[in-house]
Amino acid sequence: MSTLEDRIGAAKAEGRAALIGYLPVGYPDVDASIAAMVAIVEAGADAIEIGVPYSDPGIDGPVIQEAVDVAVRAGVGMRDVLHAVEAVSAAGAAAVVMSYWNPIERYGVDRFATDLAAAGGAGAITPDLIPDEAGEWIAASERADLDRVFLVAPSSTDARLRSTAAASRGFVYVASTMGVTGARATVSDAAQTLVARTREARPDIPLCVGLGVSNGAQAAELAAFADGVIVGSAYVRAMLDGRGPDGVRALTEDLAAGVRRAGVRA
Amino acid sequence: MTTTSPPQPGELSLPARPSWPDATGHFGIFGGRFVPEALIAALDELTEAYEAMRVDPAFLDEFARLQRDYTGRPSPVTEVPKFAEHCGGARVLLKREDLNHTGSHKINNVLGQALLTKRIGKTRVIAETGAGQHGVATATAAALMGLSCTVYMGEEDTRRQALNVARMRLLGAEVVPVTTGSRTLKDAINEAFRDWVTNVETTNYVFGTVAGPHPFPAMVRDFQRVIGDEARGQVLEREGRLPDAVLACVGGGSNAIGIFTAFVPDGGVRLIGLEAGGDGVDTPRHAATITGGTPGVLHGARSYLLQDDNGQTIESHSISAGLDYPGVGPEHSYLHDIGRAEYRPITDAEAMEAFALLCRTEGIIPAIESAHALAGAMKLGREVDPGALLLVNLSGRGDKDVETASRWFGLGDREQVAPGPGMDTDQQPTEGAVSNHEAVAGQDAGERA
Repeated sequence: MSTLEDRIGAAKAEGRAALIGYLPVGYPDVDASIAAMVAIVEAGADAIEIGVPYSDPGIDGPVIQEAVDVAVRAGVGMRDVLHAVEAVSAAGAAAVVMSYWNPIERYGVDRFATDLAAAGGAGAITPDLIPDEAGEWIAASERADLDRVFLVAPSSTDARLRSTAAASRGFVYVASTMGVTGARATVSDAAQTLVARTREARPDIPLCVGLGVSNGAQAAELAAFADGVIVGSAYVRAMLDGRGPDGVRALTEDLAAGVRRAGVRA
Repeated sequence: MTTTSPPQPGELSLPARPSWPDATGHFGIFGGRFVPEALIAALDELTEAYEAMRVDPAFLDEFARLQRDYTGRPSPVTEVPKFAEHCGGARVLLKREDLNHTGSHKINNVLGQALLTKRIGKTRVIAETGAGQHGVATATAAALMGLSCTVYMGEEDTRRQALNVARMRLLGAEVVPVTTGSRTLKDAINEAFRDWVTNVETTNYVFGTVAGPHPFPAMVRDFQRVIGDEARGQVLEREGRLPDAVLACVGGGSNAIGIFTAFVPDGGVRLIGLEAGGDGVDTPRHAATITGGTPGVLHGARSYLLQDDNGQTIESHSISAGLDYPGVGPEHSYLHDIGRAEYRPITDAEAMEAFALLCRTEGIIPAIESAHALAGAMKLGREVDPGALLLVNLSGRGDKDVETASRWFGLGDREQVAPGPGMDTDQQPTEGAVSNHEAVAGQDAGERA
């Protein structure tokens, strides 16, 4: 049973897209980051992407790297991430870990799957792990009954959309623009095209769109055609600006209204 | 073996490739592609274009012509008997990649990748650089072939290697100092990947070493193997036999793979990679990835790397910017694990002793990177039988390192050559280095020290 698919399905039953917020564990410190995640859940997010700090976040832009660098220097590790997973689950949202591959490999792939499941986690998003290299993770996540979210990109061929979507469980992460994470003034038209192509590749899995969303209007735009809207840098920006739990709560309310404005997807 | 037999008429003069990597870029458990999906299409395009190009006679002719007329290949092999007096009883031959246009082996790879860039119709190249040698080589090839060029370089390295920054700018390249993370080569690679994922439609990433995602490790090896293909023939011709050992410094490891590859099938030839031991591998300040690291994933491939218990990359340290990298190419990890090559650390002090020795005994100023290989020969020479023949890859020349070396040895006016903001205490002479220096340079140095 897929926790993420259930959550996204429940949102759909309410006639809206799901809202997924991202924050890294450990900025400005572990407790404050977990408090902010809980605030996002309370304000209406369906799932939290819980970021594992990593020293070489190759797909992230300067905003996320700035926050993550602080956490890396403080020695934040998987144990802290698992605490965040417990807290987010207890607050009532699906907890999905977002991690570059090396921290998981270093922790031990099987151990990670076992401990994540025990903490109540839904699964993991692995931005630099393609299914071609993921044999061990696919086996471990199957054993632990966890979701595994792979990414597709505008440059993905149809064949890769099929194989990547087929290997995914929970949802497929549609990385709507070519480039690194970071808020953008406009959400790319490419997102709609890519969602349509991915849906054709695999119609029976939810598709969530990320990269660049920072406000309710953009969320509404994406919610018109996607099953879920992922917001990352805008949350991290709020934390970097010191807006804390109140700041992320206000942002969530705007975004949550956005995903409802779009109405039911045709 | 095919590397030494002359090409037959109508037959491509391609040397036999090792049986690794496999079709998806794996060297045993190492290598592969650990990158965002957004880059897979570009890596596939590059792989396909490269595999077509490497057997295309028109490309091979053009590449051979550039190597001969532009780089100045073949590079000579030089025997260095006065230096060898400090290497036990061994004889030492240097493969002179320092004499290439732009001053190092980096040009070999860059010319190949620049031709490939044109073939796939892209107009812009990006590159990472540590010591600046790969950046200079890329800027050079871009100027030659009319490509626009952006080079990412850690801010720390732009200070250590100011001369090369100026060279790149003279050649028309944009040099972007990288201020994230440790502000060295590893962070420059992160920034270059970010640029690539954003601008992949117009831009090709000219990767500088045998690391990174497939096809870079295999492709860069193929472009660099000319070093060993030439050297093997040159040594056979002048000595009538193969060397007993081949030595090269290893940061990412392109010059080492370049000289090793032709000798891999020659089981009697020891292949020895010299890693940057910094202050010593028993301290936290080194860059000896295979000696002191563990397998993991960094910059798109699985290989040995310096990492902590959380899987965070540990910042490396070396006096040599070109070796100051916490990762290593996956083929080196594989050669290590199958026991075909040995990897040993050389400290900053040992490298600088060898650096000074080659300057004074042979009139050759080596790159500090290459001085690690020279120091390896000094140690190995004392372990092996007298008369052993050691082939050392002199991968680059030391013009770029004059300031660092002057500071290390206390040459010049100390007040005028005050350490810059990028120069911390590690580049001051240590006691060991001073006494080494006295041994080499005599009275002069004693006064300064």
